[in-house]
Amino acid sequence: MTEVRVTVDGVNYADDVEPRMLLAQYLRETLGKTGTLIGCDTSNCGACTVSLNGQSVKSCSVLAVQADGAEVTTIEGLARDGTLHPVQEAFRECHGLQCGYCTPGMIMAAVDLLGDNPDPTEQEVREGIEGNLCRCTGYQNIVRAVQSAAKTMKPGAAQPTEQAAPVAGGGN
Amino acid sequence: MTTTAEPTTEIGRARVRKEDQRLITGRSRYTDSITPSGTVHIAVVRSTIARATINSIDKSEAEKAPGVFGVYTAADLGAEEVGLPCAWPITPDQKAPQRPVLANGRVNFSGEGVAVVVARSAAAARDAVELVDVDYEPLDPVLDMEAAAQDGAELVHPDLGSNVSATWVFDSAAAGTGGDVSEAIKAAEADDDQIVVRRRFRQQRLIPAFMEPRSCVVDPTGEQLTIWAATQVPHILRTMTTVTLGVPESKLRVIAPDVGGGFGGKIGVLPEEMLCVLLAQKLGKPVKWTETRSECMLTAHHGRDQIQDLVMAVRKDGTITGFDVHLYADMGAYLGLVGPGVPILGAFMFNAIYKMPALRFTCSNVFTNKTLTDAYRGAGRPEATFAIERMMDEVAVELGRDPVELREQNWIKHDEFPYDTVVGLTYDTGNYEQATQRAMELFDYAGLRREQEERRRSGDPVQLGIGISTFTEMCGLAPSRVLGSLDYGAGGWEAANVRMLATGKVEVTTGASAHGQGHETAFSQIVADKLGVGFDDVEILHGDTQVAPKGLDTYGSRSLVVGGIAIVNAAEKVIEKAKKIAAHLLEASEDDIEFANGQFTVRGTDKGKAIQEIAFAAFMAHDYPEGMEPSLDSDAVFDPENFSFPHGTHLCAMEVDTDTGRVNLRRYVCVDDIGNVINPLIVEGQVHGGLAQGIAQALFEEANYDESGTLVNATFVDYTLPSAADLPSFTTETVSTPSTTNPLGVKGVGEAGTIASTPAIVNGVLDAVRHLGVTEIEMPTTSQRVWRALQVAKGHQAQQTPSDTHSPGAGLGSIDPNNPKGEVQ
Repeated sequence: MTEVRVTVDGVNYADDVEPRMLLAQYLRETLGKTGTLIGCDTSNCGACTVSLNGQSVKSCSVLAVQADGAEVTTIEGLARDGTLHPVQEAFRECHGLQCGYCTPGMIMAAVDLLGDNPDPTEQEVREGIEGNLCRCTGYQNIVRAVQSAAKTMKPGAAQPTEQAAPVAGGGN
Repeated sequence: MTTTAEPTTEIGRARVRKEDQRLITGRSRYTDSITPSGTVHIAVVRSTIARATINSIDKSEAEKAPGVFGVYTAADLGAEEVGLPCAWPITPDQKAPQRPVLANGRVNFSGEGVAVVVARSAAAARDAVELVDVDYEPLDPVLDMEAAAQDGAELVHPDLGSNVSATWVFDSAAAGTGGDVSEAIKAAEADDDQIVVRRRFRQQRLIPAFMEPRSCVVDPTGEQLTIWAATQVPHILRTMTTVTLGVPESKLRVIAPDVGGGFGGKIGVLPEEMLCVLLAQKLGKPVKWTETRSECMLTAHHGRDQIQDLVMAVRKDGTITGFDVHLYADMGAYLGLVGPGVPILGAFMFNAIYKMPALRFTCSNVFTNKTLTDAYRGAGRPEATFAIERMMDEVAVELGRDPVELREQNWIKHDEFPYDTVVGLTYDTGNYEQATQRAMELFDYAGLRREQEERRRSGDPVQLGIGISTFTEMCGLAPSRVLGSLDYGAGGWEAANVRMLATGKVEVTTGASAHGQGHETAFSQIVADKLGVGFDDVEILHGDTQVAPKGLDTYGSRSLVVGGIAIVNAAEKVIEKAKKIAAHLLEASEDDIEFANGQFTVRGTDKGKAIQEIAFAAFMAHDYPEGMEPSLDSDAVFDPENFSFPHGTHLCAMEVDTDTGRVNLRRYVCVDDIGNVINPLIVEGQVHGGLAQGIAQALFEEANYDESGTLVNATFVDYTLPSAADLPSFTTETVSTPSTTNPLGVKGVGEAGTIASTPAIVNGVLDAVRHLGVTEIEMPTTSQRVWRALQVAKGHQAQQTPSDTHSPGAGLGSIDPNNPKGEVQ
């Protein structure tokens, strides 16, 4: 067992974990953060994407011990004080989800994408979320949601509050 | 999607979904997220060999492993006689092997369960699986369905005496619904004014690949056994658990919580679910199973996998005179819950939208040593649509006709509805001219044909092809009497209950269990309109046999067309009851009470009461009419009289790089007639997702087995689901000729995109290269296959490999593992 200290969605945790435990398992099984989902065993689907120190990672390809000292944001910590993040809001408004299973990872990946590229073209969105698979939507409304969120998040755009500003964005 | 002014009714509004708030914030409850205190976890020891007898199973090391409660075979559980159910004996003499919960002495496909480990954690269980030593005696696997169907073939199940499970025939002459196909073909062969077109198409094996792996938790700690399962069919699972294990139905509660997609792939009754029940009973503790993705690819049922031999007789003027269909359908090693019936659902769709005087359909269901097949989005109808829509293009080529014009010549005209088809179905409504005309406008058909001509003339290395599919489907499964005539083991009705609560809120239960479709939103819209209450005042409850006790679940585009109508009928009963109480309270004759927008009023007066006031009065029960119960709550069960028949015209522009074989989907336009639309936003989403799956069959996906019967692409690394970067944005619109078979005028949309799009894409790819001498490219039409077809057409040899999608990204145009440099030999 190895000790890991990590901040997840604003709460500090210290746990002894098996060295082989994946961050995805730690979040779900140890912390009960079941909002983060697991869809494959080969890091292809991206359902488990979270923000690690401001960068999106597939939490199935990070060991829990690698997150020692890190700050993790999951889908559960994205909304602040009851206000949805603009990307969450856009996914709902644009019908960017159906069964919802890819959604937490897809939203976390999109948040990071918009941190890197605040005004992506359709093709840039498509390539930017290529690592996250969805079987329901055909991606069209996901792409629309990401571009819609980009508009909302532009400096000077009316909507989001300070707290709901992107949490991820190209690393700290 | 056509955008018009927002309607004043809830029906027709593009409401954002009620379901989404919890799903976008991580407040979801998928089965694997449910872990009652004391839960033990199981992992299954699986065969690595397609066909073998088991000499011995050594569990000793696994049993000693830390955290292991036990390791069990079927014999250890007393489950050797247990067989998983098949609910669709398509013929009286259908051969059906026992499908065991764990192998009994022999394994019949790679991935079949051999033993089960129970441990403190899922990780400990999986670790211990590695310690179970199974000694196999490998046997030659039966892998080729056509060879397997021949006399003298090696038998998957020797005791059955044949690999052919059943042969099912429909003959329009015998049924009295049309003429004799053999005569039509004979006549065509003897007539210079007719042609006979013969083709063989292959429907490759697909994997449904829903995003949520399957999972099950069984909790025995109450009086009832509670089963949480990632299933499309909680009600069927409850009944079938009783049928399979003998647990009284009244002692079972099945809950399908949030379910992460299904597409038919979660319609089954699983060996692992039954193992969880058996182990929970044995151990007295909650038992959980969650599969890995690879287990899902290996063992969750697959879809499609047919060989289609087609013969069409056509007059040279373009009129179809007969269509003879012969299928081999690969069942895999066992029969799934409805697997044998899947190709039969297609039988009625080979005539599609066309007037045909004679049709015969013969399907042989064949066993092989592969994963079993069962329903996958469209279930039989995509296969049929592919066959007929590819054939229409082939006939157009043979006759030198424009493929749209040839279709129009043969299709049922809008003024010919209702129309009795050659297979005995009655199409209630449709307007193929309207959908096609609109699609061609949006697509710029004429402009793209000009561009195609220009590229051909200039010898452009990138050639353009135009793909067409004018499809119909039978939805709203299904009229119970029809299912009875097909020997299906259940009815096709759906149930609903509408309850008015004391405070005016409305609870609705439905037996249609959603797994991403948006039932909570669409059904709320319907109820809000019917009862004149607020959209947010309606709560849709589903997916729990204790909450919504009666139902037949979700598949076959039935939720709205069958389940929605049950809700409408239950709401009507609520209004009828409320009307009596309103008349009583308003001191008027019931005949004088009118109901609109949630208000009961006395005709010709301003006296009235809101439905919420009536609900409260019924709850208080201080003053209500004699002879009635103080309740508005109502049940309804709706059994449809007919199917519904959505249709549409799908057009695509395919660019093919003739130097590399690379295929690019440049434009996709579809205009679907799904009758009245409850929620255009949800409809658009269903069409998009359906298109992606149908396109993926045409371009990307195939479950590949090697010569030893191993599935070689059992991960998302090499089973190439399309990503966002592999697809364009689609242009989708709807037109409507409302269905006359149900009061909402709806037709169903869940499967439309998948059924229609596959032949459109392949027709388009072929249209791009046909003038270069290419006549056929099997699906998926990967770069390799297209490139090879072009080489062969040029008279070059191209090396064949049996499976060309089993290296990473190969389905998306990557290298051929056997021919990495792509040399021409």
